[in-house]
Amino acid sequence: MAIEAEAHNHWSPLLGRLWLDAIPQEPIVLATFVVVMLGGAALVAGLTYFKLWGYLWKEWFTSVDHKKIGIMYMILGLVMFLRGFADAIMMRAQQAMAFNGNDGYLNAHHYDQVFTAHGVIMIFFVAMPFVTGLMNYIVPLQIGARDVSFPFLNNFSFWMTTAGAVLTMMSLFVGEFAQTGWLAYPPLSNLAYSPWVGVDYYIWSLQIAGVGTLLSGVNLVCTIVKMRAPGMTMMRMPVFTWTSLCTNILIVAAFPVLTAVMTMLTVDRYLGFNFFSNDFGGSPMMYVNLIWIWGHPEVYILILPLFGVFSEVVSTFSGKRLFGYSSMVYATLVITILSYLVWLHHFFTMGSGASVNSFFGITTMVISIPTGAKLFNWLFTMYRGRIRYELPMMWTVAFMLTFTVGGMTGVLLAVPPADFVLHNSLFLIAHFHNVIIGGVLFGIFAAINFWWPKAFGFKLNQFWGKVSFWLWVPGFWFAFMPLYILGLMGVTRRMRVFDDPSIQIWFVIAAFGAVMIAGGIGAMLVQFAVSIWKREELKDETGDPWNGRTLEWSTSSPPPEYNFAFTPLVHDLDAWDDMKRCGVQRPTSGFRPIHMPSGTGTGLILAGLSTSLGFAMIWYIWWLAAVSFAGIIGYAIFHTFNYKRDYHIPVETVEATEAERTRQLAAAGA
Amino acid sequence: MQPPESRLNPPGRRFGPFRNRAMRVVGALGLTAALSACNTLVLKPSGDVAQQQGDLVVVATLLMLLIVVPVMLAVVIFAWRYRANNKDAKYEPDWDHSTQLELMIWAAPLLIIICLGAVTWTSTHLLDPYRTIGRIDAQTQVSQDAKPLEVEVVALDWKWLFIYPEQGVATVNELVVPSGRPLNFKITSANVMNSFYVPAMAGQIYAMPGMETRLHAVMNSNVESVGFSANYSGAGFTHMRFKMRSVSDADFAKWVGDVKTTGTKPQPAGDVIAAEAFTGVPAKQMGGTLDRAAYLELEKPTQKVPAIRFANVDPKLYDAVVNMCVQPGKMCMSEMMALDARGGMGKAGIRNVQMLSYDKDGRDSAVAESANPSDAVKRELAWVRALCEQMPGQVRDGSVKAPSDLRSLNGAGIPAPQSIGFGGEDAPALPAKPAHISLNSRN
Amino acid sequence: MTANTAPTHTLDQAQLQAAFYDLNEHDHPEGGSTMLGFWVYLMSDCLIFAMLFAAYGVLGGSLAAGPGPKDLFELPLVALNTAMLLFSSITYGFAMLAMEKNNKGATQAWLLVTAVFGACFLGIELYEFSNLIHEGATPMRSGFLTAFFSLVGTHGLHVTFGLIWLFTLVVQVGKKGLIPANKRRLMCLSLFWHFLDVIWIGVFTFVYLMGML
Repeated sequence: MAIEAEAHNHWSPLLGRLWLDAIPQEPIVLATFVVVMLGGAALVAGLTYFKLWGYLWKEWFTSVDHKKIGIMYMILGLVMFLRGFADAIMMRAQQAMAFNGNDGYLNAHHYDQVFTAHGVIMIFFVAMPFVTGLMNYIVPLQIGARDVSFPFLNNFSFWMTTAGAVLTMMSLFVGEFAQTGWLAYPPLSNLAYSPWVGVDYYIWSLQIAGVGTLLSGVNLVCTIVKMRAPGMTMMRMPVFTWTSLCTNILIVAAFPVLTAVMTMLTVDRYLGFNFFSNDFGGSPMMYVNLIWIWGHPEVYILILPLFGVFSEVVSTFSGKRLFGYSSMVYATLVITILSYLVWLHHFFTMGSGASVNSFFGITTMVISIPTGAKLFNWLFTMYRGRIRYELPMMWTVAFMLTFTVGGMTGVLLAVPPADFVLHNSLFLIAHFHNVIIGGVLFGIFAAINFWWPKAFGFKLNQFWGKVSFWLWVPGFWFAFMPLYILGLMGVTRRMRVFDDPSIQIWFVIAAFGAVMIAGGIGAMLVQFAVSIWKREELKDETGDPWNGRTLEWSTSSPPPEYNFAFTPLVHDLDAWDDMKRCGVQRPTSGFRPIHMPSGTGTGLILAGLSTSLGFAMIWYIWWLAAVSFAGIIGYAIFHTFNYKRDYHIPVETVEATEAERTRQLAAAGA
Repeated sequence: MQPPESRLNPPGRRFGPFRNRAMRVVGALGLTAALSACNTLVLKPSGDVAQQQGDLVVVATLLMLLIVVPVMLAVVIFAWRYRANNKDAKYEPDWDHSTQLELMIWAAPLLIIICLGAVTWTSTHLLDPYRTIGRIDAQTQVSQDAKPLEVEVVALDWKWLFIYPEQGVATVNELVVPSGRPLNFKITSANVMNSFYVPAMAGQIYAMPGMETRLHAVMNSNVESVGFSANYSGAGFTHMRFKMRSVSDADFAKWVGDVKTTGTKPQPAGDVIAAEAFTGVPAKQMGGTLDRAAYLELEKPTQKVPAIRFANVDPKLYDAVVNMCVQPGKMCMSEMMALDARGGMGKAGIRNVQMLSYDKDGRDSAVAESANPSDAVKRELAWVRALCEQMPGQVRDGSVKAPSDLRSLNGAGIPAPQSIGFGGEDAPALPAKPAHISLNSRN
Repeated sequence: MTANTAPTHTLDQAQLQAAFYDLNEHDHPEGGSTMLGFWVYLMSDCLIFAMLFAAYGVLGGSLAAGPGPKDLFELPLVALNTAMLLFSSITYGFAMLAMEKNNKGATQAWLLVTAVFGACFLGIELYEFSNLIHEGATPMRSGFLTAFFSLVGTHGLHVTFGLIWLFTLVVQVGKKGLIPANKRRLMCLSLFWHFLDVIWIGVFTFVYLMGML
């Protein structure tokens, strides 16, 4: 801290604060660095050897196809998930061994970065890309659209999110990450107490990724409002689309707050402003308020789309219409609005008056009413259904059981006097992992298993999927039940070593749970690999492997670039189910050229320049910051001079694609 | 009264009988099967406030289980009964609405939340940490003439300072309090946010720089327990723990006497957090009188600090800490805010930054050469200080008074809590920033 | 939501297809969502200002024993500044009217007039800032000054970007004429420019007028 300022006081005009001492000394980090570098070199060599760069650039990096961008988001989420989980297992190992005078294997400087990075990565670079990727892939297909409203912006958003992730990863090997906890409360995150680059990495990663998230939110709101197929009124939208709409409204109405707060922290740190300083009339409490005004809606941004996923999965695999569609929609809307009225429950212990505390406590509890209604709706969808236990449905049942417990402990924490004894304890940690893993992650896994055949044309291997499931779910309970108990024993979070040997057993159990989860993640990777390997056996040519109900199942798998040769007309909820019941055949002639947006490298270039700007600002390399900033402005202006942003898919191509689809369907039918 | 015990690891108590009725109820539900195997301090504390808070955890959990258990059972039952290969179960693919059911699924959680909301409203007011203690335990009301023990708490990097103004002593990382006497904690921090938490005694409250938070509590038995910071505060956070003991009145008096004698000698004061390797160099020994100079030495970042005792303490030290003006030549927050309430000092005060800087330009910026304010600043400041001197006791106490009558402890007749904002004109002597969240600090 | 409203089975396949697929689809007009999208973006931008206003509300009284609004602000200068921005909004309106009439030259001319007013606004604001900083009333001096400089400065930055955008559009209109894409862009900038006006009214009232009263 203060000492580090002395240790890292080097500055030169050319390299700023960047100097040899920026390379971490910890052997663990060095080893990781070597492994990552070797892996990266192998990847680059492989791509070069197989001459894949051109293909990647043309077909993926510069693509504005919402499906490809969605898949790239999912890959980003998966890669970062492995990093975030590595942090998690390091923490579990440290806490399981640091007893009886054993200091563990992580020093404070390293451990404090690990828990900060774990939180930041899991929220911003795992959950957010997963959720955004899903919405990107599914929403246009569900509403019968050919792409999103602003296809270029979509590509740009993805690369900005990636730029944030790249900066976060860079902090592992160049300098340090923040040692402040994932929300970086001042005064600890002020320059006086975090003088080196950690908090700056945090600020710039979030700021750059936040731009991407915000723009993607604007994009999807417009897509859902403007691009629905004819006949799809708001109350005929699939529930996943509804929850996506609410999520993106939340994004648009919450992320600017994060941008503003991060900017305030930035000017405090870089220019000595007094927003959150102790002296000169600043107010650190304002930061805590503002960051949670973003932070609480953020958790609903994460969970709402997955509520949509569960709704689709339950209704599909129960072979039934969703019970209480309209109450589901209203519940979602109520949650959206209420999520702005509860932020103070994150700091009842800051000393607000009893009336303020109870107001926010009670609004928090009120959110559990629509959430409970949703759970009942899923329950009654299963009632008198024919439930097929495919993997997505298994994850959904696991979710319903797990999330209920998490929701209950959440309401418990909303009672202010109960929060006084449980705040910041491991009980809190158990609670939010209970809802984020049990809700968001299980939902992601359900969604991946559900829509994988749509995206790639073959199902996922069921055996390895089940192995993963049965490692994950009990693993989760082993990892987090002990934390509930430890919380009730008065053990607080972010501790590095412990005095009391009697509690070690619980940390050992939790570590065992983490190992099981590691097995679950491993099995999932195997599942992907095996499925790709045996894709011919798992092939689905119908485009509708689960007897689906919504429009994405009406096209081929994977869908053609243009999604729908003819835009569907919608007459009811569950439009595709409706079409199947009426026995309508897809038209096989009369195709027209299809108007599509063309790809562009601008998004990638702007995001690259933003990464460079962020890096330069973090390291005080002012000339590079100026050049990058000028580059961003200049290139953005240059881009606006390109008016030719679309093309037509010629009718011959459409005819050929659709003929192939006819052949596939015939093969599947035979 | 229970015998003294070590709270985190009481020998022979781990499978002991449940102590209170609420726990037995839970036990009946099988929840305690897991919980009794370990020492759930939060549910079985020794202080009345923490006990009520722990009971509330149990009550709220039970209330919610009323709906959670049936729902989870229904999930399992439906999931099993309506599996695809059970052809006996009814299948109604188009059944998607039932007004009665929809009413039920909204009403059932609503009812639970109404109950829980009522519990929340009353308990939040009754257990407001700013509220003075109204009862020693469920049977005993606090007598009118009972004088609470005041303890001033300062969170430092990375240790806790306790000042006993009445006794005129101070300790680091050692908190001893008499049982059965109301305790009145005033809490602040020297630099970053911490949270003052003694699980055996009462719930936590943040310790924040330049501000004062309050905690009222009581210990009901003589125990040895621990307290710590429950809010991460930097590199030495993990060792920011202290021993807490509650003792009889006589033992407390004896302990104060002990501090007054043993506290005169220099004692070891933990490790200086040294460059990169966060271990090592022992800090300068401390003891004797805790005056401003000694405090400034104590304030420096150290970790793994053992208990330190000070036989004497500067009675004005705590106020100076809250107001961030321990360093000579600094303007106190209260003075600054009094001046601000009068509209600032205009352009005359514009260059007067040395007096105000505390830690903005780094941890040590307060130590920079002493301030040299202009005559105008000196005049204004002298005026404000004179005003403060004339009006002792004008600083508004942040606490909310508990009703004097036990009947109202069930929640009836709770007075509307007052916000701790300070008036602009009528209160010239101002406390440090109130911890209450107020979006308009000018008010 | 229970009744199946779809056509009955008496329809033949061709009729069914016509009922369920848009067989006679035309290209969607480009940029159909642009105005909505830009509006949503503006609302999110508005939230950034809301945060800065909130911060000003919290910190506005924290003078840190330094100068307050009454010591620093010069209302006549700010009034002149406000007038500049309001005029620029009016002239932007004229540019839009000219655009409606497809009068390329007049559109460009009014845009340039708008730019002149905008630049005057910025100039006056910079003059005010430099005076303040010269006197020692820097953003580092107090919470109040931090919040003031950030709120007003953020608005100023928006105006700066608006100017860059405006000049870009003048060039683009010159090169391509008043094609639909350019008209759409002019409409967006129009929204942006008027939005900044509305924000400024808030700043003027909340910061300057209420500070001086």
